[in-house]
Amino acid sequence: MTSVEQSVREALLEVAPEADLSALEGAVAFRDQLDLDSMDFLRFVVALNRRLGVEVPESDYSQLSTLDGCLKYLAARSPPG
Amino acid sequence: MPSLGADMESGTLVEWKVKPGDRVKRGDLIATVETVKGAIEIEVFQDAVIDQLLVQPGEQVPVNGVMALLRGEGEPPAAPAAAAPPPPPVTQAGPVVAAPAPASRGVRASPAAKKLAAELGIDLAQVHGSGQNGAISLADVQAAAPAAPASSRPADPAAAMRGAIAAAMSRSKREIPHYYLATDVDFGRSQRWLEQQNTTRPVTERLLPVALLLRATVLSLREVPELNGTYRDGAFEPSQAVHLGVAINLRAGGLIAPVILEAQRLDAGELMARLSDLVARTRSNALRSSELGTGTVTVSNLGDQGVGLVLPVIQPPQVAMVGFGRITRRPWVVDGTVAPTPVVTASLAGDHRVSDGHRGGRFLAALEKLLLEPEKL
Repeated sequence: MTSVEQSVREALLEVAPEADLSALEGAVAFRDQLDLDSMDFLRFVVALNRRLGVEVPESDYSQLSTLDGCLKYLAARSPPG
Repeated sequence: MPSLGADMESGTLVEWKVKPGDRVKRGDLIATVETVKGAIEIEVFQDAVIDQLLVQPGEQVPVNGVMALLRGEGEPPAAPAAAAPPPPPVTQAGPVVAAPAPASRGVRASPAAKKLAAELGIDLAQVHGSGQNGAISLADVQAAAPAAPASSRPADPAAAMRGAIAAAMSRSKREIPHYYLATDVDFGRSQRWLEQQNTTRPVTERLLPVALLLRATVLSLREVPELNGTYRDGAFEPSQAVHLGVAINLRAGGLIAPVILEAQRLDAGELMARLSDLVARTRSNALRSSELGTGTVTVSNLGDQGVGLVLPVIQPPQVAMVGFGRITRRPWVVDGTVAPTPVVTASLAGDHRVSDGHRGGRFLAALEKLLLEPEKL
């Protein structure tokens, strides 16, 4: 697992501490798998920002709706190192 | 032990955060208590010095039971068990989720009897009181124990919460004559304002639609004060402040509505921050005693669920509840033509003992008007 994926999973656990991420499906929306609402999702984006230093404009939120989407988006934007 | 809801009979101390001799200020967190609503942080209501801790971790304490003795600065410590204890911290007993089984309100029973009944899950209304005026003694509860009804409180916390919600909602529908009103609100300008705001706000300060909905709700309540307050003993007490309960669904099942106190003092950004903090602490089981049972009105925002219209159930002793459904793009008449517009259905449940449809209608009209001018919120 890459460190970016680790950070995404940790950010998810921040907003959904009771979630079981072992069976998380890459292509299914977080909102459906983890029952996240818009407040949870915003807090997830805040957590990603804090962990990875990536500033995500509101218009890009839809690209972060799944694990696969997150990894693709963040790989292109995470600061190196 | 404060009451965090009208049905709450006891809590179990998990840990103390202070020790004798510690100085505390009003609002400091001094203990964690386990209740049907989860782990709650207890706040102290006055500046004081901790004198004695009277309850040990793991002990169950009945509501209004004394947990600790406090003394003022410079006062000598109280002799153990000899001094009259200061009044325990008491929060306004407005329930969030829970309400008593109605027959047990006003049932007279000794503290020991109440404690045992709570432990055994016995409804005091089912117990015959052998004392004066039917007062229930410990012996009466012990005698009733083998016949404990099937509604004994289970050890499972989720089921305990479900039981508390069941009692509260049943009581609400039994006691409060609800009327319902709804209106569809053009959210177009508000949506555009939010999008524009969020392009310049850092992610930690971004606003969700709910921030505007809450702000507009609080402002609209100023116009119709009969919707904001509590109803007790046959009388309505309006509240100057708006202590805004926000219904938050617990993913494991259950519902809780912690309160944003003095919400009328907060702008949309501040409401957003407070709500985000409440959600975080609800999820991590770290709500505080001042945030439960203290609301004067509650909002239920089910927009993310795909619900169009919410028909809320008022949480006694409150007298109204506001609902918001999903913001959807609908065909809407704007300046004489039909244009796709974000629209949200706002609804109101009102206690008909306190307000009428006409007044409820004024609230919704005010709400709609405010949401058409988001820059003023």
